[in-house]
Amino acid sequence: MNRSRLLAIGLPLAVGVVFLGLWQLLVTWLQVPKFLVPSPLDIAGTLVLDWSLLWDSLLMTLKITFLAFFCAVVLGTAIAFLFVQSRLIETAFFPYAVLLQVTPIVAIAPLIIIWVKHPTAALVVCATLVALFPIISNTTLGLRSVSPGLLNLFRMNKASRWQELVRLRIPSAAPYFFGGLRISSGLSLIGAVVAEFVAGTGGTSAGLAYQILQAGFQLNIPRLFAALLMITVTGVLLFLMMVLLSKLALGGWHESELVQER
Amino acid sequence: MSIVEIRGADKVFANGTRALAPVDLRIGPGEFITLLGPSGCGKSTLLKMIANLLAPTSGSLTWWDGSFEHVGQQGKKLVFVFQDATLMPWGSVRTNVRLPLDLQGMDRRAADERVNQALALVGLARFDGVYPRQLSGGMQMRASIARALVTDPNLLLMDEPFGALDEFTRNKLDQDLLDLWRKKNLSVVFVTHSIYEAVFLSTRVVVMAARPGRIVEEVRIDEPYPRDDAFRVSQSFATHARRMQQLLAHANTLGEPSH
Repeated sequence: MNRSRLLAIGLPLAVGVVFLGLWQLLVTWLQVPKFLVPSPLDIAGTLVLDWSLLWDSLLMTLKITFLAFFCAVVLGTAIAFLFVQSRLIETAFFPYAVLLQVTPIVAIAPLIIIWVKHPTAALVVCATLVALFPIISNTTLGLRSVSPGLLNLFRMNKASRWQELVRLRIPSAAPYFFGGLRISSGLSLIGAVVAEFVAGTGGTSAGLAYQILQAGFQLNIPRLFAALLMITVTGVLLFLMMVLLSKLALGGWHESELVQER
Repeated sequence: MSIVEIRGADKVFANGTRALAPVDLRIGPGEFITLLGPSGCGKSTLLKMIANLLAPTSGSLTWWDGSFEHVGQQGKKLVFVFQDATLMPWGSVRTNVRLPLDLQGMDRRAADERVNQALALVGLARFDGVYPRQLSGGMQMRASIARALVTDPNLLLMDEPFGALDEFTRNKLDQDLLDLWRKKNLSVVFVTHSIYEAVFLSTRVVVMAARPGRIVEEVRIDEPYPRDDAFRVSQSFATHARRMQQLLAHANTLGEPSH
């Protein structure tokens, strides 16, 4: 491992350790009660004690997240392909895609929860709506961002529309698509948590947001923090998975994945 | 027989710009013709017409004494080499060079055989698995030429292909291009704004001037091939180059002819 890489891992880690240390020190020193600000050790203890409860909730939230992410990718890509078929279609429908993006999900989630009977399905629909737009906009942009020279070359070689799509447009769009995936994966998680919040404690499903709400009512602040920590770690892991995926797909050729030599 | 014959072809773009005044030009088999002139002289426009990428506003062109319909048949193939290498960054050199054959639906094994030959011709035989961005500018251009040669063309159209390269690389590629032209029995139309490149390469130089784009004169370079670095510093080379310079200078001091 070289120096710059060591720094890239070591520096943020050092900041984290110092931060947690200060937190622990201040809370102990000022004798802040647990139900206001728990110490990192309290949180870690709760995480171990309540593990089975929190783990089940995490699995629930993950289920919603992955289902929503999958739907967003499939739907978003399909819509993007539709958009690039003709400017007319894009002009007609793109404003509505934007509308979808700017409408706060908390505002329409209650409606969706009323309309969609199945509780899991309702949550997935909400989270999908949140995660959809980056896939649509990035993939559309990518499919259109074809080098004019290469397009000329394909046309001069009498390439069919299908060949042009498979051999030129899809590879050209790949870096944009993977950029969309990174944003969208995080948004699916956020969408899932927000939807669970809106569904509230009344729902039969008990995701991490449900645990946060419950813990808040019961002033079980350490558990609230523990649940929060799990959501954050999940988000980071999701992001890293997408980074890895894009590295595997583009590593050989795209600028974004190549290491600059000095 | 002529490969391409242009009769009174001109080009006026939709916005009224006259890119090319009526031009007559005949390209014979085995010729190496250079279109030489400053920017705006219509040399690229003329080349694109020959490639049928642009239609003349008036006048006409024939290819192999016929219409463009028959171009692409055996013995009547033309290819265009762009100013940039225009390689697909996600494909290896092999994938890039094989592209025209893949688009034709040629069998993979037969195609790979042709690719190997083309790569050997341009001196990239050992680089088939490499991605374009790992290659230097000159080697990218070689890959681009290999991709053009893989279809076994008869007429090679090149639009300032070495314009972005340094002088040493360009000289080397010019030299190799001449070898290819002789070996493969090609006809070439080559666009450049370098007098030295034009004199070195051509059997005939078509000198052009701007505003409006037009042909000023056609000059034969009756020097034997193979031409090498000794030719570049010879007396006759200098004489030809001086003549081109005078023609270009004269044409461009004539000012704006009325149209």
